[in-house]
Amino acid sequence: MTINQEPDRYSLQPKKFVLWLFIVSSIIFFAGLTSGFIVYSGGGARKALNVDLPKVFIYSTIVIILSSVTMHLAYLGTKRLKFAQQKLWLWVSLLLGIVFIALQVYGWAVWTNLGIFFINSNATISFVYAFTFFHILHIVAGLIMIITALKSSYGPVPTVTNSFRMDITSIFWHFVDIVWIYLYVFLLLNR
Amino acid sequence: MSSIAINNPSAIHHDDHGHAHHHETFLTKYVFSQDHKMIAKQFLITGIIMGVIAMLLSVLFRIQLAYPDHSFPLLEVLLGRFAPEGRLDPNFYLSLVTIHGTIMVFFVLTAGLSGTFSNLLIPLQLGARDMASPFMNMLSYWLFLVACVLILSTFFIESGPAGGGWTVYPPLSAIPKAMPGSGLGMTIWLIAMILFVASSLMGGINYVSTILNMRTKGMDLWKMPLTIWAFLLTAVTGILSFPVLVAGVVLLIFDRSFGTSFYLSDIVIGGQALAHEGGSPILWQHLFWFLGHPEVYIVIMPAMGIISEVMAVNSRKPIFGYHAMVYSLIAITVLSFIVWGHHMFVTGMNPFLGGVFMITTLIIAVPSAVKTFNWLATLWRGNIRFTPAMLFSIGMVSFFISGGLTGIWLGNASLDINLHDTYFVVAHFHLVMGSAAIFGMLAGIYHWFPKMFGRVMNPRLGYLHFWLTFVAAYFVFFPMHFMGLDGVPRRYYAFTEFEFMEKWMSVNVFVTWSAILGAVAQIAFLINFFGSIFFGKKSTENPWEANTLEWTTPVERLHGNWPGEIPTVYRWAYDYSKPGHPTDFIMQTVPHSETMSSNLPHDFDGNEVAEKIQEEWNLAHNASKNPEQVK
Repeated sequence: MTINQEPDRYSLQPKKFVLWLFIVSSIIFFAGLTSGFIVYSGGGARKALNVDLPKVFIYSTIVIILSSVTMHLAYLGTKRLKFAQQKLWLWVSLLLGIVFIALQVYGWAVWTNLGIFFINSNATISFVYAFTFFHILHIVAGLIMIITALKSSYGPVPTVTNSFRMDITSIFWHFVDIVWIYLYVFLLLNR
Repeated sequence: MSSIAINNPSAIHHDDHGHAHHHETFLTKYVFSQDHKMIAKQFLITGIIMGVIAMLLSVLFRIQLAYPDHSFPLLEVLLGRFAPEGRLDPNFYLSLVTIHGTIMVFFVLTAGLSGTFSNLLIPLQLGARDMASPFMNMLSYWLFLVACVLILSTFFIESGPAGGGWTVYPPLSAIPKAMPGSGLGMTIWLIAMILFVASSLMGGINYVSTILNMRTKGMDLWKMPLTIWAFLLTAVTGILSFPVLVAGVVLLIFDRSFGTSFYLSDIVIGGQALAHEGGSPILWQHLFWFLGHPEVYIVIMPAMGIISEVMAVNSRKPIFGYHAMVYSLIAITVLSFIVWGHHMFVTGMNPFLGGVFMITTLIIAVPSAVKTFNWLATLWRGNIRFTPAMLFSIGMVSFFISGGLTGIWLGNASLDINLHDTYFVVAHFHLVMGSAAIFGMLAGIYHWFPKMFGRVMNPRLGYLHFWLTFVAAYFVFFPMHFMGLDGVPRRYYAFTEFEFMEKWMSVNVFVTWSAILGAVAQIAFLINFFGSIFFGKKSTENPWEANTLEWTTPVERLHGNWPGEIPTVYRWAYDYSKPGHPTDFIMQTVPHSETMSSNLPHDFDGNEVAEKIQEEWNLAHNASKNPEQVK
């Protein structure tokens, strides 16, 4: 292999590993927040989450699970070198991601209309806002990755780069999906 | 080869291009550098500057402690409204203590120590061209620098820097009205801390990925030098704990700036009840100390790794108990996550829970003692070379022992009721993680200076620096134990205000002058460091006759580290004074076929062919071998 004299230097494996480590630190971040919730709500009956979650969270959960499916289709498309498929499903995933954010924000609106505010003497409610807010930040990061993947599916980059970007985008997107499911189940169990 | 499939062809192409006409500008070489060695130097010099600033802050508040009622007109000239009539303002005193702690713990001993030596040594000692993601590495430095600038900028704002202590406990830190040090300065402190964590995470993620993916041929995990083990576990600890601090800090920002009540409840200021209700200040302590305790190991573990390496090199002996050293580092890493409650014994914690935390805390004494005894055993009957780096390493062990012993006092839930928040705690952590870690860092600087700048630091100035600093550190911190046992609390502004503390005034004067001596001693270091960059003796390729890979790179420090192929590794890093070998060190790149006279049966890891060859050789050269090795 003449072109590849220094495999270690340009290998993409370590960069993929970087993503996994970032995911670990993200997990720790949400674990920190949710343990904060547990410590707080252990402080007495008045400090429990005593209101229903916005119903729209069910729909946003469905949307994000769907987006994971479409993301996987895009991934498979890339793998089979069917780039038209990749583009199509990436666009769909991007759209679903945006819909998810909109639904979450709508959930906030539902709560504030009911008088359940972020600034609250029951901090479990503030926690719900914080969970969703920081999760949306992760979704935004995921959307940026989708846009990069889209760009390289159109742009003049080597297939290896394109499929690498597709790869890490799909890993991250499934991760933010799982984080939301975790948060949602956590909140349902701690109501 | 599977690795080829995932290579990035555009990057290779780019590289071929780059080597043909390599034009590095000043900006890409010194400022926005992506070379790990340059980034290491950037971290080091920024760390040294921050360290000097934090040390000067400590001298300022030491002067206040020694002469609380005395007026120094010079202080007013220098500090203006922070020292009206030549006496430090009480709020500014609190800010000094806070910023001294913050800078030393995070900016010097975390970023300055890990940032410098992980960046420098991981690629060099493992045989990699650079980090996994050089760009992220650069970003890590720049976020760190912005955090440094932010934290220092608070000295120039109306209300002054943050003043709630480096642990910024709410409610004090959560209510801007509480005191000047909780105002804008605290907001900037919190923002700086988030940037700092982002920087640390980027660095740490890079270190772990590089260590696990980019080792050269033959460098399996059990051939890595202890420095790399220490950096790996430090980075893992950081990745697992820093995000929790971010979680805590963002909630604190919500409380301060948006009016939520995560940490606040039932606060009355000036007869006015605040709107915050239902929060729990203890929640902050849990979140903070879940980072805060691992943080002290993030500080000390790189120092442990550095001195293990320096000690083996300068004792001309293998490190004693290499595997035990690694397992004890792993044990410390694991235990560090289940002891945070020992900072909270007096928060009204359930005594049973306190007991649990006490036991986990005391168990840490075991791996710590393993390491200490192994260092001492490494020194035992070695051909010790007292280089400055070696002296600082021995000093580190000394501080680690004397500071570690008091940790056993403080880890006891019942004793801690008396000792909590006294000068005993100050003495304990300044010895065990402050002085010890800074000595580890200094040992690393003296030892790897040739690898950074191609020159050797002056040993005479190094000895002067060591002895003055060593003596001064003990003079400063040892008396504090007795003050603490007498119940003198930390962070108090003027001892003259309390009758029972007044008898300690004379000790305070002694401590302050010792601190000034220690500060003056650093001038020897600064002259030596910055002078040697330009005028130091030119170094050879392997000035300390060490075994590790970094000493096979040329003195000129190339981009990409090795001019040709990356060397292959055949043995562990600690073949010093191996019986039967003509020199007292065998570099990791020397294959066993070239050292037939010194090979031992266990060198071959059960490779029967190699063992057989060795046996035949031994029989042929029987006269010079002792019979034990033949069989």
